[in-house]
Amino acid sequence: MVRGGFPAPAPAYGRGMARFPLSPFSPAFWRSPLRGPWLTSVLGVVLLGGITVLFVTGLVSYAAYNPNLAPVNDKTPDKGILGFYLFSWPTSPHWLYRLNQGVHVTLGITLIPVLLAKLWSVVPKLFTLPPARSLAHALERISLLLLVGGALFEFVTGVLNVQLDYIFPGSFYALHFYGAWVFFAAFVVHAVLKTPMALRNLRQLREEKSELTPAAPAEPTVSRRGALWFVGGGSLLLFGTTVGQNFDGALRRTALLAPHGGAEPGSGPGGFQINKTAAYAGIREAETNEEAWRLVVVGRDGRTVRLGRADLLAMPLHSVALPIACVEGWSTSDQWWRGVRLRDLAALVGHDEDPPDVLVESLQRRGAFRRAALRANQVADSRSLLALFVNGEDLTPDHGYPARIIVPAAPGVLNTKWVARMTFGDL
Amino acid sequence: MRRPRLTLGSPLQLLLLVSSFALAGYAGVRLMEGDWFEVALWFVGAAILHDLVLLPLYGAADQALLGGFEAAGQRRWVSYVRVPAALSLLLLLVWFPLISGRVADRYASATGLSAEGFLARWLLITAVLFGGSAVLLVLRWRRLRRAAKERPPAVH
Repeated sequence: MVRGGFPAPAPAYGRGMARFPLSPFSPAFWRSPLRGPWLTSVLGVVLLGGITVLFVTGLVSYAAYNPNLAPVNDKTPDKGILGFYLFSWPTSPHWLYRLNQGVHVTLGITLIPVLLAKLWSVVPKLFTLPPARSLAHALERISLLLLVGGALFEFVTGVLNVQLDYIFPGSFYALHFYGAWVFFAAFVVHAVLKTPMALRNLRQLREEKSELTPAAPAEPTVSRRGALWFVGGGSLLLFGTTVGQNFDGALRRTALLAPHGGAEPGSGPGGFQINKTAAYAGIREAETNEEAWRLVVVGRDGRTVRLGRADLLAMPLHSVALPIACVEGWSTSDQWWRGVRLRDLAALVGHDEDPPDVLVESLQRRGAFRRAALRANQVADSRSLLALFVNGEDLTPDHGYPARIIVPAAPGVLNTKWVARMTFGDL
Repeated sequence: MRRPRLTLGSPLQLLLLVSSFALAGYAGVRLMEGDWFEVALWFVGAAILHDLVLLPLYGAADQALLGGFEAAGQRRWVSYVRVPAALSLLLLLVWFPLISGRVADRYASATGLSAEGFLARWLLITAVLFGGSAVLLVLRWRRLRRAAKERPPAVH
């Protein structure tokens, strides 16, 4: 639709021009009759709402890691003022992170066709001449590079990360977080400058001509409404083949192409979604069996306790139904976990009242979060467990046998698996 | 009257843009802390690759498709091919790492899930999209034929 493939009536533009111009800098080059202020405005308003939700859920997810709590949680130590809004991540409602991240990733994927359509609808403006009418216009065009580059950078890094395709140049957390702020800086100014016009365009009954209106439109093959249905259909298709990865059973199977769609990784009590398997994390049976494995708990004034699995089983055990929710935008429904309360472990090493923060260390040798910190409010919640069982059976190796953390509303990676050491105290 | 070649433009716009650049700069310095060149390449490259490669490519493909339908005198039916093709390619674009199998080893070892099914499922979805479009086309033709039979040809 970019350019007519057949002779069109010569546009009344320019002198001695070819019958259809080859240069994209000529307005007559862009012939699709679909382009115009109405289509761009509709797509723009959808993105205004959608990207705002993406940005907010992204910031919320960033806060969920409690990056201010301890260096081990903070993949962006130079954030400076960009972490101005950080708050202690709550433990209620227990599905908070599951909902937030499900919305962030599913909505992001759903918006891809809208973003592509929006960029298609405005591409002629990339080639406007003169390149700048004023200083403000020149700066706006530079800002648009940040806007378009930023949007694509955020969508591409996000889409690659959920598919474990780590080809981007650096840590996902830093790239996606700082990239989001660069993008958002350009997005806000673009929204402020363009939204009034977009709303005017949508309110008007008859479309006025703008620089987006093709000078020499080709004969349409589809109406603008049809084109909008097409974009919406693309979004619906992506949504329909993705959203299921936030649910178990038959619904998960509807997520035909999403990374955690389709079948569960196994059957039985431990047959639910896994972020990183024991083999991937480098966990060997020799270090997790009853004889070898000991949990080291360190507390007030360096008081240290070493516990085998049998010692933990002798402590009061509690049950709780909590989901696993990953930053990658997939989650499980509530699983039944059973184990020792974190605050009981804190009490064991001298923190009888007001449990403090805890640093949890895993047996795993690699992985960005093999050491992770939990805040005092998370330790104090009576639903926060060092789980030994799931769904009535011993944890499977892939779900963290012999013991794993499970904290309500925490991002999946903070629910450390194969726990080896817990250090209670203010971090 | 002599006027400067480049005027300032709207002062409000200028203020907003400079403020936006300052914030983008603050975040950008942190974004490029590691391999600044590669990050900048990804940032700018994404825009260039999209605007100057991907978009012209699918635009040209669409023109070629339309040209083919026009040559056959079937211009009005082009969307019955265009829509399923675009939707199928959209899925391929988004899920390319999984569908192509380029992350198959890491994916299978990390998640414990089979990396096998993605290509097959994408092909089946593609089959359903084109097949569904064919069904719609047949229904449409039948409706048109029935309408033509019921009405005397002079009416239309």
